[in-house]
Amino acid sequence: MMKIAKKFIGPSVVLVIYVALSFWRRDLAIQSSQVTWDYLKEMLLILPPVFLLMGLIETWIPKDKIQKWLGRGSGFKGIGISLVLGTLPTGPLYVAFPMAATLIRKGASHTNMVVFLGAWAALKIPQIMVEIKFLGIAFTLLRFVLTLVALVLMGLLIERILRKSPDLQWLQKTQEEVASDQIGG
Amino acid sequence: MVTIATIYGLLAVGLIVSLIKSREKTMKAFRIAGKAFAKTAPSLLTVLGIVGLTLGILTPETIAKLVGAEAGIMATLIASILGAITLIPSLVAFPLAGSLLRSGATVMTISAFVTTLVMVGVVTAPMEIKELGKKFTLLRNGLGFLAALLIALVMGVVL
Repeated sequence: MMKIAKKFIGPSVVLVIYVALSFWRRDLAIQSSQVTWDYLKEMLLILPPVFLLMGLIETWIPKDKIQKWLGRGSGFKGIGISLVLGTLPTGPLYVAFPMAATLIRKGASHTNMVVFLGAWAALKIPQIMVEIKFLGIAFTLLRFVLTLVALVLMGLLIERILRKSPDLQWLQKTQEEVASDQIGG
Repeated sequence: MVTIATIYGLLAVGLIVSLIKSREKTMKAFRIAGKAFAKTAPSLLTVLGIVGLTLGILTPETIAKLVGAEAGIMATLIASILGAITLIPSLVAFPLAGSLLRSGATVMTISAFVTTLVMVGVVTAPMEIKELGKKFTLLRNGLGFLAALLIALVMGVVL
């Protein structure tokens, strides 16, 4: 019971902020609710199929395959695959977090997941088209190249740091989840 | 539209193959998906609420006013912080960045805004922490912010 209640602290705090805002600046509260409602609709359309796809990956694709394609030894090939996966037109970044988490559980390296998330947010093909139109080809190309280099370097650095001092709290939580999936399934 | 077609297309293919191969494993995939959804829903609601607040308060007009047409380093810093906090769809963000550039903001300021906008997500951090851990999230966003500033610097010098 406590656990469930704890989960809803976040949404409740946000709700309180909205109510408070509606007393102070009604127009801003209405505007904000409108935006949230629009995003909620989009999310309800996108998230269920994404979670189902993850479920399919979790059940069908064996760990050693992911490790080979996206693991620590995957080198340039792994970075290339992550980049392509990330640039596909597949929606907002919050969709990618659970995907990256699933892939890491299946053996993908942190380097590749940093590139994957970064490409998803910063190098998406439809987004690049809009950028060229409004900011010009020179700006867009230079940003693309610099961002890609930065992402690979960031990925390598984060991998190193996390190998030296792993996020124990997260690892433990993840292991508990994997265990409960196996019992439940 | 492309997004939705891509996702549902992939799902349809995946589901058909999965159902042909094994009914039981397909059911398992549904169970895993349901559990993951229930687990993520609360933090997702929080993130959506915060996104609504930032976008409702920091409208494109407000951002244009804050970044302004000034050329100083302050404008670049303000732009990078605004970019890191907000989560604006690219169809709104790029026209805004373009018009700021034409009205006199420097390339450095605009690239700081665009790069932090896409590399750093403060409002989505609660969700990222839930899925990928605190350390990963802090490192990715922190280093992303530094990288964005460096990229802006290089772009300002080159272009």
